[in-house]
Amino acid sequence: MTSVVLSVRGLSVRFLMPGGRRIAAVTDAHFDVTAGECLALIGESGCGKSVLASALLGLLPANAQTAGEAHLADLDLLAADERTLARTVRGRRIGLIPQSPAAHLTPVRTIRSQLEETVAALRGVQGRKALRAAAEEAAERAAFPADHLDRHPHELSGGLAQRAATALALVGDAPLLLADEPTTGLDRDLVDHTVDELRRHVDTADRALLMITHDLAAAERIADRVAVMYAGRIVELTDAAAFFGETGPRHPYSRGLLAALPDRAFTPIPGMPPELGALPDGCAFAARCDRTTAACTAVPHLTDAVACHHPHVPEGIRA
Amino acid sequence: MLELRAITAGYDRRTPVVRDVSLSVEPGEAVGLLGPSGCGKSTLARVAALLHRPDSGTVLLDGEPVHRWRHRAPRAHRTAFGVVFQQPRLSVDPRLRLTDLMAEPLRATGRRNEIPDRVAELATAVGLTPDLLTRRPHEVSDGQLQRACLARALVLRPRWLICDEITAMLDASTSAALVAAVEDYRAETGAGLLAVGHDHALLNRWCGRLVRWDDLGPAA
Ligand code: SF4
Repeated sequence: MTSVVLSVRGLSVRFLMPGGRRIAAVTDAHFDVTAGECLALIGESGCGKSVLASALLGLLPANAQTAGEAHLADLDLLAADERTLARTVRGRRIGLIPQSPAAHLTPVRTIRSQLEETVAALRGVQGRKALRAAAEEAAERAAFPADHLDRHPHELSGGLAQRAATALALVGDAPLLLADEPTTGLDRDLVDHTVDELRRHVDTADRALLMITHDLAAAERIADRVAVMYAGRIVELTDAAAFFGETGPRHPYSRGLLAALPDRAFTPIPGMPPELGALPDGCAFAARCDRTTAACTAVPHLTDAVACHHPHVPEGIRA
Repeated sequence: MLELRAITAGYDRRTPVVRDVSLSVEPGEAVGLLGPSGCGKSTLARVAALLHRPDSGTVLLDGEPVHRWRHRAPRAHRTAFGVVFQQPRLSVDPRLRLTDLMAEPLRATGRRNEIPDRVAELATAVGLTPDLLTRRPHEVSDGQLQRACLARALVLRPRWLICDEITAMLDASTSAALVAAVEDYRAETGAGLLAVGHDHALLNRWCGRLVRWDDLGPAA
């Protein structure tokens, strides 16, 4: 039986800019993440995927307006106040695995002291001995080596800094892990290693993982399902094996992204994405799409896993 | 030809990150240098671009040993190289509009009259639309800024391009577009390329010759 951990319904984020300009960073996102599942949210920088993550964590700037709902069990994250989010959500119900662990860790303190503090705050552990043991156990869960606990963040390699950040994220036993570009700047070997470890944390404790990434190879390695975001909208939401495998994606943008990979056609999608502050009417991909017709002047909605008026039809499926 | 002979370099003479490494790039050749992060390949790339003086070893440009580095290098040497780095935001002046950023090398070499034509031409080549050219770095995406950085690297028509992990932060389509822009330029001018990175699939597809960091060194 699968249980839904996070349920996002009609999530939109608008930024109000000086001069009355509005930026449509996220528009009408719908998706679920279930226990034991990894959903990879993929797209290029500026497509809105990081804004979506910030919205879930309540970390949007003051000029942002949100609409819709995002339920984490009985709590609507979008309606919750900052006090609730700070005290019961971030770290406790959502474990955040940050983009640049080195920046996320406190530079002047050892990994041990940061873990001990987090263990004390989130699990109520008290007493020197108990704290020490709990911090070491937390490090071990993320395969962070005990003999590096007394180091400062800058004394760690990129891979170990990532594990330290992961160890901190896991302390609260949060049912939902949110990883924001966890592999940026890492070597391929380290990328593989990092995502394999994340996968292990999903599998062993039945956590749900929402991973935001522009790294398609990392997404392919870890995800059960993928959501592709373009110009603030989820344009495809589908099974990862089919998406990366023979069937392939159905949305023209998703197909273009995969075709751009160096071990595939290595051909870029022509043009650039539209500005989120000046989206065209109709399908935002139309100017770059080779399947555009008159129908595309109407915004396509996500039906049957894809938001497109003329999606690719997988071979072997008859109308 | 661009030749690096027995280069030892780093930031502390006692612990050089590059030890006795030799590598050469023929005119028109694309060499991919593959290595893990922190291995010293970026430092070697900076040496090759005359941006970092090695502790020992020789850099030869068309057979002539290089004696001066950075801003002291003779103009003909400095303008022979176009360099693009991994993180565009760390390599630009945040106050400059993209058009000024791209034109900066022309201004610095007293070729202001070439600016309008050359900037327009390069904007097209790297896929930047005119509306983006008047913006400042914080008003564009990483991919757009990296396109501008590539344009800046090409503006003086260098004979050598040094690309240090230029697509590491970017999505697949923008990466492919940047590489295509580099290759169009090379096809047109015959410039040589040294691309360093850790992505085997990328460098293998991009470069005619692939060199592994571990295979470099005294014997290579
Ligand atoms: S809706 Fe039309 S323009 Fe948009 S992706 Fe589909 S075919 Fe292309």
